[in-house]
Amino acid sequence: MAIEQPAKIEETLQDGRVQLAIYAATARLMVKRKDSIAPDRCPDYQELRTRANAIKRHTIENLDYYLEQVEKSVTERGGQVIFCRDATEVADFVLELAKKRDAQLVVKSKSMTTEEIDLNERLEHHGMEAVETDLGEYILQLAHQKPYHIVAPALHLTRYDVADVFSERLAAGREVVPEKQTLIARRALREKFLAADIGITGANFVVADSGAVVIVENEGNARLSSSAPRIHIAIAGIEKLIPRAQDLAVFLRLLGRSATGQPLTVYTSFISGPRRGAEADGPDEFYLVLLDNGRTKVLADTSKRESLFCIRCGACLNHCPVYRKIGGHSYPWVYSGPIGAILSPQFMGVTHDPWLPFASSLCGACAEVCPVKIEIPRILLELRSEVVAAKTREKKNRWERLAFRAYAWIARHPSVWSALGLFGAAIAPDEPSHWIRQLPAALNAGPVREWLSQRDLPPPPSRTFRDLWRERQGTRVQ
Amino acid sequence: MERDTIVHRVRTALRRTATDPRPDPPAVYFRIPEWDRAERIRRFTDALEALGGRVHIAPATAVAETVCGILRGRTALISGDPFLRECGIPQLPGVEGPFANAAEIRSAAVTADVGITVSAYGLAETGTLVVFPNEAESRLISLLPPAHVAVLRARDLLVNLDELLSRVPDPGAASSAMVMITGPSRTADIEQILVRGVHGPGEVHVVVTDRETE
Repeated sequence: MAIEQPAKIEETLQDGRVQLAIYAATARLMVKRKDSIAPDRCPDYQELRTRANAIKRHTIENLDYYLEQVEKSVTERGGQVIFCRDATEVADFVLELAKKRDAQLVVKSKSMTTEEIDLNERLEHHGMEAVETDLGEYILQLAHQKPYHIVAPALHLTRYDVADVFSERLAAGREVVPEKQTLIARRALREKFLAADIGITGANFVVADSGAVVIVENEGNARLSSSAPRIHIAIAGIEKLIPRAQDLAVFLRLLGRSATGQPLTVYTSFISGPRRGAEADGPDEFYLVLLDNGRTKVLADTSKRESLFCIRCGACLNHCPVYRKIGGHSYPWVYSGPIGAILSPQFMGVTHDPWLPFASSLCGACAEVCPVKIEIPRILLELRSEVVAAKTREKKNRWERLAFRAYAWIARHPSVWSALGLFGAAIAPDEPSHWIRQLPAALNAGPVREWLSQRDLPPPPSRTFRDLWRERQGTRVQ
Repeated sequence: MERDTIVHRVRTALRRTATDPRPDPPAVYFRIPEWDRAERIRRFTDALEALGGRVHIAPATAVAETVCGILRGRTALISGDPFLRECGIPQLPGVEGPFANAAEIRSAAVTADVGITVSAYGLAETGTLVVFPNEAESRLISLLPPAHVAVLRARDLLVNLDELLSRVPDPGAASSAMVMITGPSRTADIEQILVRGVHGPGEVHVVVTDRETE
C-alpha cells in the first residue's frame, strides 16, 4: 500500500548527529531500566505489572464512578474540580481565573496533557506569560520546539545546541558545560517561580479516594510550581485516575523503573487541596482540571480502550526499533513511539496519518516492557485493518455512487427501464455455453473485478418481470 | 454543563448507568520485607549515598554538633518542628527561624544557604525522606535553599513505600501535601549527563538519631 510518510523521517535518517543522540540516550535508558528490575532489586516486577494492569482495567471500566468520587473528595479537601471537553475549555478556564485574580505569569512543570492542548500558545495569545520550568522543556520552549520524547523532551539536542539557544535567547554567555547551563536555567527560572501567580502542573496519578494528584519528577520544578504561587492548577486526562492512595505502592515502583531506572524519582508530591488553615505555606487555591479531549471516544472501543492505561513512562519509545531510527518529531502528534502510534489514530481518526500503524516491525518489544501490559502490537494490527477498511470504503464509494446514480436515472424512466428489460430477455442464454455466461471473465478488470470478486453476475432472465405480471393479471381476470 | 456531559459520555462509552454497581477494586498489594533497625539504617544509608546524599548517624546528644559540622559556617533556616528546638539547633551560629508566617518563611528560604527540617518518616529501601508540611513544617524550607538537612528519628525509619502506605493509607488526611524526597535534585536533560541541584537542593544530608521525644 502506497502511503505517504512525512519528510521528517528521511531528514532524521540522514542526520548522523541526531541518530547518534537518539541511539545513545535510548540505549542508556534501556540499560538503566533493566538494571533496576533485576530479580535481586525488584523480585516481584512481573507481579507488579499484572497488578497494575488489573487496577487500571478496573478503574477504566468503572471510570464514571471514580470521576464522581474524585470530584467529591477534592471538594472536601478545599479544592475544585473542573471538567473540560477540549483544549479551548481548558484555556478559557485558566484565562478567566487569571483575569479574576489579576494574574499575569504562569509557571508550568512538564505535562504531556498540556502539550496535547497547546496551552502555552493559547495563554500567550491572550497576553499571559507561560514559562516551562523543566530544564528540557525550558530549552525547547526557548527553541520553539516540541518534546522529542515523553520523559526526555530534549533528547535530540546536544550541549552545543543548548549553548546556542541560551546565548541567543537569554543573553547569557555561550556556555557549553551542562552544569553551568543548568545553573543559568536555575537562576532565570527561580525569579519566575517567585514572581508567578499561577503554577500549572500535570498529574501522573489522580487518587480518587483521597482527592489528590501525584506528581513525580527529579528537578524540583513541580514542587515549586505547586507550592510557590498562590494558585495551583493541576491538569490531567480523565484516564489518570486510580482508586486508592495505596495503589501507588504498585504504580510508583513501576513508573520510575520503567522511565529512568529509578526505584523512586527524586520527588514524589502527593497534593490534596490547597494550604489548610494553619499550615506554614502552600497555595491558597487548588484546581484539578479533568480533560476529555477525545478520551471518551477511545473508551467506547472495548478492544482498544486499554490504550488509556498508559502511565507515560516512555519505555516503549526507548525499546522501539522504529522510534530509535525516525525519532520523536516524525510522529504526527505529541505522543511518539509505539504508544503514539496507537494513541494518535484513535484520537485523530485513522485516516489522519494512515502510515502510522504500519510504521512498526511488530517485534513486540513495546508490549514486553510496558509496565501496565498494554498489548500495543495487537492494537496496531487492529488499526491497520481499520486503515485498510477506510481506504477501501473510500475507493468503492466513488464507483458505487456512479453506478447507483445511473440506476436511479433508469428507474425513474419507465420506457428506458422496460426497453432494457426487453433487451435483457432478448439476449437471455438458452444453453449453458451461451456467450453471456462467459461475460464475467471478459469484464474481469478494474472496478468490475473488485465487485465480482465477492459477487456473481446473474444472467438476464428470458422473460421480464412486467411480462410475467401482465400474464398473471390476465389469468386472474379469466 | 461540561461535567455532566463528560460523565454521560463516559457512561455511554462504558454502557453503564448511574445506578450500576461498582465491583470491588483489586486487593491492595504490599511487599514489606522484615528488616530490623540496624538493617534499615544500613539500607537507608547505602541507598541515599548512592544517589549523592549524605547520612550522618548521631547519638541523642550529638545532633546539634553534627548539624554544626554540616553547616560549616553557612546560614540556615529552620522549620518550627519542636524536635529541632529540643536538639538545640536554633542556638547554632548562622541559624535563623523558626518563623510563623508564610511571607517571612518564604523570604528567609530564598536567601538561606541551608534549610533544616524534621522528616516524618524515612524509607530504608530507597533512601527516601517523607515530609508532611503542617503548622511547623513548611513546603519551601526543604526546597528553596541549595542544601537541605533533615533530622530523622531512627524509630521513624520504615522499610519502604509499601510500609508507609500501609501506615498512612490516606496521606491527604494529615496535610495538603506529602512529599517524598529521594536524594538531591537532579536532571539529565542535556545529553543524559547527570547534574545535581536543578531547582531543588543539590546537597542533601540526613542526620539519623536515636533520640526519642517522649
